[in-house]
Formats: sequence, structure tokens, C-alpha cells
Amino acid sequence: MSTEKFNYFINGEKGKYEVIIGLEVHAQVLSSSKLFSGSSTKFGAKPNNQVSLIDSAFPGMLPVINEECVKQAVRTGLGLNAKINNFSVFDRKNYFYADLPQGYQISQYKNPIVGEGKVFLDMPYGSKEIGIERLHLEQDAGKSIHDMDPSNTYVDLNRSGIALMEIVSKPDLRSPDEVNAYIKKLRTIMRYLGTCDGNMQEGSLRADVNVSVRKLGDKKFGTRCEIKNVNSIKFMQMAIEYEASRQVEVLEEGKRIDQETRLFDTKKNETRSMRSKEDAHDYRYFPDPDLLPLKIEQKLVDDLKKSLPELPDNKKERFIKDYGLTSYEANVLVSEKEISDYYEEVAKLSDKKLAATWMMGDLFAMLNDKGFNITKSPISAKHFAELVKSIKSGEISGRIAKEVFEIMVESGDNPKKIIESKGMKQQSDPKELEKMINEILTKNKDKVDQYKAGKEKLFGFFVGQVMKLSGGKANPQLTNEILKKLLKG
Amino acid sequence: MKAQKKLNTFVTTTFEQALKKAKQFDSKPNFNQLLPGIPLAVKDLFCTDGIKTTAGSNILNNFVPSYESTVTKNLWNNGAFLLGKLNCDEFAMGSSNETSYYGNVINPIGDKLVPGGSSGGSSSALAADLTPATIGTDTGGSIRQPASFTGTVGLKPTYGLCSRWGIVAFASSLDQAGPMTKNITDCAIMLEAMSGFDEKDSTSINRKKELYSRNLNDNIKGLKIGIPKEYRVDKMPKEIDELWEKGKKILKNLGVQLIDISLPHTKYALPTYYIVAPAEASSNLARYDGVRYGYRSQKGKDLIEMYENTRSEGFGDEVKRRILIGTYVLSSGYYDAYYLKAQKVRQLIKKDFDENFSKVDAILTPSTPSSAFKIGEKTNDPVSMYLNDIFTVPANLAGLPALSLPAGSDKKGYPLGLQLIGKSLDEQKILNIGYAFEKNCGFKNEIKKWWL
Repeated sequence: MSTEKFNYFINGEKGKYEVIIGLEVHAQVLSSSKLFSGSSTKFGAKPNNQVSLIDSAFPGMLPVINEECVKQAVRTGLGLNAKINNFSVFDRKNYFYADLPQGYQISQYKNPIVGEGKVFLDMPYGSKEIGIERLHLEQDAGKSIHDMDPSNTYVDLNRSGIALMEIVSKPDLRSPDEVNAYIKKLRTIMRYLGTCDGNMQEGSLRADVNVSVRKLGDKKFGTRCEIKNVNSIKFMQMAIEYEASRQVEVLEEGKRIDQETRLFDTKKNETRSMRSKEDAHDYRYFPDPDLLPLKIEQKLVDDLKKSLPELPDNKKERFIKDYGLTSYEANVLVSEKEISDYYEEVAKLSDKKLAATWMMGDLFAMLNDKGFNITKSPISAKHFAELVKSIKSGEISGRIAKEVFEIMVESGDNPKKIIESKGMKQQSDPKELEKMINEILTKNKDKVDQYKAGKEKLFGFFVGQVMKLSGGKANPQLTNEILKKLLKG
Repeated sequence: MKAQKKLNTFVTTTFEQALKKAKQFDSKPNFNQLLPGIPLAVKDLFCTDGIKTTAGSNILNNFVPSYESTVTKNLWNNGAFLLGKLNCDEFAMGSSNETSYYGNVINPIGDKLVPGGSSGGSSSALAADLTPATIGTDTGGSIRQPASFTGTVGLKPTYGLCSRWGIVAFASSLDQAGPMTKNITDCAIMLEAMSGFDEKDSTSINRKKELYSRNLNDNIKGLKIGIPKEYRVDKMPKEIDELWEKGKKILKNLGVQLIDISLPHTKYALPTYYIVAPAEASSNLARYDGVRYGYRSQKGKDLIEMYENTRSEGFGDEVKRRILIGTYVLSSGYYDAYYLKAQKVRQLIKKDFDENFSKVDAILTPSTPSSAFKIGEKTNDPVSMYLNDIFTVPANLAGLPALSLPAGSDKKGYPLGLQLIGKSLDEQKILNIGYAFEKNCGFKNEIKKWWL
């Protein structure tokens, strides 16, 4: 673990300021139908093609809870090391908007399904615990489309009624980097659990960001501003940086921060006031009389707990212990379940440490370059393991391995076949090598004399000659050894 | 048709379709059903597939559902068919049917008399023989009070016995559909047909269906009936007291043991009701915004103005009044003092009943504090109008079944009703008591068909 120190502060003229951040993450529940209706939740359908009479709030329509969504919320709660509330209540949050058909959103206000929990972040300055305040279930609204027509607004209700989990953190985050790590950690946990696909482009993961600042050393929190509905980590980081600096400027001018809701303008990279606390909606929350309180049997919670997959924190520990990986390596390799699956398959068949090095090096670079997810990798885990094995056994050198790797990417072939058909096997026979080296030394007698006279830099020249003669296949380690031996003699 | 002109009971008639259905039935009669070939008109709060459903409001003036409410579907599945949609107070908010956008309904008992509300079209049509039986909804007395005003039988079942799916919502935790009939036997048949578990309504009770009509039994000897001392109000006409006494005597003669009981929180029932019901209504009615269906104002330059104009043109005064009250009691700063407190009192009212039902089988009270009043008599005095629900709202707040029975008339000859409140899901018992009472009461509704 690095000894790097935390160092994210805003430097004002009157001192250093600490930035306090809390997130309300909205994560779309992975379920085939909506929270209170049977409509499909599939992304990308034609507008208003996945809308039932309930989603569009026709007279006399009633919500019925989707049990799968409840289970998903419980699983997520368990993944966040949180308390599951056996009794929770759905409330109505009342406000008018064209894409909110009922005129209220069904949410959970005083009694959420999941209570306090925690997640751990791996920061360069060590592990950091972030508290979870709560997780509750709620409905998503529809989408207003303002740019299809100059004078009309169109409404797409496909999203209306889709289940969201709102995950509220404690104000424990202190920098944009921590926010980045936190969102990624939540995403990883939920993807392991299969409770949210974490797809930010499709809006499956969004966040409201609460930011405040205080003089370093102060114990009291400053007044916070909430930045609404930010849909990428990059924008969250930009918004926080802008907002924290803005607040410091306001304070340094001797003014007060107004508690308000702000919007982040991604084009201008600034936050703007949306509404002040005085203008804040009065949502008139009250328990939804159409729904009974949600009672969850402890047995269900226990059963779900037993059926949870291994989670990233545990897997990381195991990778360090069983595979001898560093904390950093383990962290990277458990960041996505699919990556860890791939790694484990490779590690089972080849050298665990070398496999990690090569995955995090060449394989990730190639995937990144091609914009592929690991599940779309042109190199199968089996083939990749073969390659690692060939490197480990000395059959091919690292340099040749890179060439083989390139060919594997292009052809998808087994590395064994490539090495054999192209004669890329490393020359590791000491006798053969000695013969070759003697030949070179004889040919370059003058240089041998110079070397012996003290010009040791020439060693590299001899290695180069061996590689040239062998077509790059000479085993570098053996070459070094033999060369040293013969030059001495 | 003449009746329609004078009584204004129907908002929509489906006579032609009904005639077709009747002929269909005649060509292949099947009497093994609860409601074989029976034409029924229903309150216009039940959504009917392909038939305009207005809830008595301008805002749903053009609304034609593509679905059938569970309760009406149950009736059709038992052999009945639709005769038309009956007038009612706008969104069932009213006690005289005077808040309907489609005009006042007249009580066949007498010209210029209200038929009660909100199921006023239902009570009027029933009493005038325009439908052999009907269904209404009861949030605070909307079945029982009109039944009382027209000399008919009205039952509000246990909350959750009849599905609310497809019924235009007023106050979700109180709304319950129920039968309105000429006699107890019909009431039992109708209840049997319309009730039952519905997985589409989360508040529906999952239990085996009861055969109310088959199990109807007039032997009520030995039952204990509670007489609550709190069901007396200031300025209550003497006739109501006399009616109550008459009822007690009839039951006593049938071998029932009368027991004086106390329901101490009854006095808080009306204010509690007028907080809970408007609160839920203010939220339930938010969906009528002109965006997806129903009336939309052509005025207004942006979304907010469209909402404002649509809702101020689409809703009547009483609905607006209740939305305002409901919005107020849910507002931050007032929520605890009104809504939360009302919920607590509601629990106390329920507890009163629970405690007494360990001692008695049912409770007998008057249905209303007066007989039918004149049109316009109370329209400018909402509180006096609200007071009409004083005996009926406790059963809604407690979720209990309650039956209004015709029991006599006042000196003007206007009918009066008595109310039997039962234990939760004990409909059979109050129907049985009502059955025995009906046979021994000798009440006959004498309506001259003056509108013909």
C-alpha cells in the first residue's frame, strides 16, 4: 500500500477548505417489469410502447408491487453491508409535471426498505469507509422531449414506473477522486449482484450531488447545495470542482451560501441555481393508501443472503491470499465480475502472477484500444493461458510473446499453433547457443579484445549479434550467461 | 325517457346494447347464474369498457375507458348486463348529488328532494324502478345515506371485500363498492356476485368467497346488538330517535339481546374523515391534468397555465374545496397537526369498535340525522352538508361493513333508515339481521310515479 497522503483541498486566500460531498445515487433495478406494473423495462423501445394503463395513470388503476424489485433491493442492501428493514412503507411524493402521469411519484420516505450500511474504497492513501444512510425503492418518471417540435413538448412514458433504488451516502466523501471510486464501487457491487447494470449512458445510474465546504479543521458542516441529476462520473467530478470553488469564493467574499438546488451545465462547465430553499417543492409526502406496508420475512432476507455471489471485497482478499497478487492488482482484476472470471480461468491454467501482469498490460491495452468489453475479447481465456504458459516455460521470450499476442488478436488462433507454424520458439538449448556465440566471437575478434581491455559496453553489441543471428529467438537469459562465461575465458 | 327528463338519473344509457343482450339471453336462457339476464345500471364511477365514464365530472366528460372495473366485470360474469351509467356527485364528493356536472338528480319520493349522495343517481333509479338493483361506492356514507333517503337497502362492505380496481378513486383507504337494492335478498345476491379477491388491488382481501344469498337466515335469536350512546346529535329530529326505538323493539321481539355500549371517539369521526378523505383525494385527483385523457383547456401559454385552466374549468366547486383542504392538511408544517393526528384518531375509532365487538355481534344506529332535504337547502353551507355523514363515516374509518335498512318514515312521509354495523368480514350476520328485520318491520316504500 502506498503512503501517499490525501490532498484535496481548495486553497482560498484565507486558508484551506475541505470539500464535503454526499451522493444520492439513482440506480435502475435490473428487472424485466416495472415496480408496480407488468410493463417491460427494456431499453431502446419506441416511445410509449412500454406503457400500461397503470404507468399512464388512468382512472381507477392501482399499483401492485413487483416482488422481484423488492428482492433486488434487499440483495443490494446486503451487498452494501446494510440493515434490511422488515417493515417499510411506500409514500406518495406529490408534484405536477407532464412526464409524471399520477401527479405523484411512489417512493419511500420515512421508512425505507434498507437502512444504514457501508462500502470501502481503495484510495492511494489507504482504505476508506463510506457510510450509506439508506436505500429506498421508488418509481422513475417519464421523459419530456422538448426538441422534437418548436412549439410542442412530447412525452415518452417508457421509463415511467421503472424501479429505481435511491442509495443515499453519508457526507463522507472528500474529493472528486473519492466520488469516482465510490460510484465505481457501487457499480461493481451491483453488477456482481446483478441488481443494476450500471449503464450510465442509458441512464441506469445517475446521481444528485450534495456539496459543501468548510475551513480545514472546522467541525461544523457548511451549508450545502444539491446538484441535480448528473449522469456521468466525469461530469460529477467537474461539477464538484466548480461548485466547491464557487462556494469558497462566496465565503471569502464574506457572503453566505444559500441552500439551493443547482443544475450542472456540461457545455459551460458550471453549476447554476435552479431553485432556492424557499421555492423548494412541498412534496406533501404521505403513505400511499393503495399499497399496504411492505413486510419482508426474515427468512427471505436470510435466503437471499445465502444465495449472494462472492462480492468484490471478498474476492479481492482471496486473490491476494490465494494468487499472491498485490492489493493494486487484485483491485483491478475484481473491478468487473467478467474480468475476475476471465482472470480466474487463466490463473487456473497458468502462472497466476504472470497472468495478472500480462492481463493488466497487453490484454487491457488491446481491449481499451478496440473499445471491447472483456466478454468480447478476441483472445479466449484458454488461449491467453497458453500464451502465459509459453512465456513462463521459456518457450518464447517476452518480446516474441508480444508478436504472438498480436497474431492471436488478428486470427483468434491458439498461440501454440502460431508459435509452431511460424517457428517462433525460443532457442534455449545451451549447446546450440554456445555454438552460435562462439561463431560470433570468432568473427569479431577485435571487439572481443576491446571488451577484454575494459570496454564492457560492448556486451550489448554481442547480445545484439546473437539476437540477429537467431532471428530474435535466443533465450535472453541463457545468452547472457553463456556470453559472460565465454568472454571471460 | 320521461323519467330521465324528470329525475336525471342517467348520465349515459346503453339501452340498445342492453336490448341486444336481453335477446341473446332469451334465445339461450341460463338460470344457473346469480344474475341471469338481469339488466343493471351502475354508478358512473365504475369504469366500463367502451362506455363513457365521467365520475360526474366535466374533466372526464369525454373519457371512454378501454377496460372494465373488476366489480362490474364480476356482475357481467354472473349473467347481468349494463343498462347505463348513473349520475353521482362529482368524484363521489357530496351528500345530495348536487355537485354533479350533469345536473341534480331528483328523489322519486318527491319533487325538489335530493336523492342523497354521492350515489344519488343509483338510489333514485332504484327507487323509481329504472333498474332492478344497482351498485354504488361508499367513502363516507355514499351508499347508505342515499339508500336511507329513498327507502332502499344499501350495504357498504368490509374494506377490501370488493376490488377497487377500475373504480375512479376518491379516497383510497375509505372507498368501497357495494350493492343498493330493494330488499335484503337482492342485496345478498348482488354482494355475492360483485365481491371477491382481486390480485390487481393490493388492498383486496384474499379469502374464500362467501355464499351470502344461500346462507341468508332470519333466525337471529340470541344475538347481541349494541346500542351506542354517542349516536345522538344536537337538533336531531325526534323522529330519528323514535325510529331507533322502533328498531330496537323489533329486534328485541326477535329474541335479540340489546346492550348499551359506548364508542367514545365517535365525536371525532367526522373531522377525522374530513381530513383523511380530502388528503387522499387531493393526491388521487392530481392525474386529471389534461395531458393524457379527459378535458384539456385550450387556454394558457405554458404547461403550468394549461394545468391551472384545465383543472379550474374541469372541476366543480366542491371538488376544488376538497383538493384545497387536502393539499393544506398534507403541507409541511401542517401534516403532523392534521393528517398524522387524524390517522391516530382513526386508530382510536377503530379500537372503539374492536373492543365492543368482543361483547356484541352488531351495532344498531340511525343511518342519517335527517330525512331527504330539499335541493339547494344545504348547498351554501358545506358544514351542514358534511354533518349528514355523521353516522356513516365511522364504519368507513374503521373499514367495517355497514348496512342501511329502510325502517320507517317521518311525518312528511319521507323514508328513514337504520344502520347495522358489523364486525370485519361479518357481512352475513348483518344481512341476516337485516333479513329478519325486513320481514318484521312492515315498511313499504310508497312511491307514486309522478314523473310518468
